[in-house]
Amino acid sequence: MRESIIMKIHYGTALAAVALVAVHILFRMTQKFSDSLSYQNVIANYHFLPYALMLEVVLILLSVHGFNGLRVILLELKQGVAYERAINYGSIAATVALVAYGSRTILMAGMGMS
Amino acid sequence: MAVVAIPKASEEATSAPTPTTQPNTITLRISRFNPSNDSLPTFAEFKIPVQKWTTVLEAILHVKQNLDHSIAVRYSCRQASCGSCGMKINGKPALACYTKISEIGSKVVTVEPMSNFPIIRDLAVDFKQLFSDHKKMKPFIMRDDSEITPGTKEFVQTPKDLEKFLQFSYCIKCGLCNSACPTMATDESFIGPQGLAQAYRYVADNRDQGKKDRLKIVDQSHGIWRCHFAGSCSHVCPKGVDPAMAIQLLRGYLMGFRK
Repeated sequence: MRESIIMKIHYGTALAAVALVAVHILFRMTQKFSDSLSYQNVIANYHFLPYALMLEVVLILLSVHGFNGLRVILLELKQGVAYERAINYGSIAATVALVAYGSRTILMAGMGMS
Repeated sequence: MAVVAIPKASEEATSAPTPTTQPNTITLRISRFNPSNDSLPTFAEFKIPVQKWTTVLEAILHVKQNLDHSIAVRYSCRQASCGSCGMKINGKPALACYTKISEIGSKVVTVEPMSNFPIIRDLAVDFKQLFSDHKKMKPFIMRDDSEITPGTKEFVQTPKDLEKFLQFSYCIKCGLCNSACPTMATDESFIGPQGLAQAYRYVADNRDQGKKDRLKIVDQSHGIWRCHFAGSCSHVCPKGVDPAMAIQLLRGYLMGFRK
């Protein structure tokens, strides 16, 4: 993939994540901070499908943005064909793994399996 | 009728201004390093007389002529045109021929080779990578026809067209921007501000038709996106080229903001 496309995704995910995390924070502000973290309220969020979907999207956006940022930092630290290939594929694998693990949490909580 | 009074010899002697050409003495610290013999650079110190117009290059040449002829330094035009005498002067990349000692404001002047370049010896660095990256940008007008093709006319540009790239065509390839670039310090594959600014200079030229090729060259993992806009390249440029701005403008093409 061309670097300009990757960087467009990088900037796009950053902007979208800021917007959605702002929505997430606003939702938390509808009640006391301690209430927001109570077990029943947290589970209720996962049972509310639109909110659960938003959390899933936030997870994907932050994973893609974060691991691409890490990839860029690591590419600037050291160079070499094998190293760069390992970093590129490693960051994709890490993104997929984190999204899979986070999605599992969201799904299990949403289906009442936690 | 106007009367002009000629001062007497005695008056002249007392009213004449004190000469300001009395030389001062400064300490010039020159970095010495020969990669084939030394493991670390050392500094050689010289006390030298300077006038208020003495440049750092003149001071180095004074040492070379009178005190230690073995100092390696690259220079040519002595008027900030050739880009040969770039070095770090008291830690800041600058042209030695364009920096007056009186303007530095210090009695101790330390000169070192530019950062982010392999050292050949002492103050002379290897420009192979700089010139190679510059060549990669295809620094010439690319188009099928030419002004000398029969039946064609001169490719006329308006002053507005010229304004888009003129500033960036003043580059003298001195390497100071690459030396000041923090990304270049860690990423040796990075094209660097010099190459990227030259890419923009030709992309912005309305006579050129090689935009697609050049954008492809800079759009890679060690290309234009690795610039963090520190701006130090523009800060040290002796010709006012502003490579940091060129990089941002070039990014506009890749982001689709500019056509």
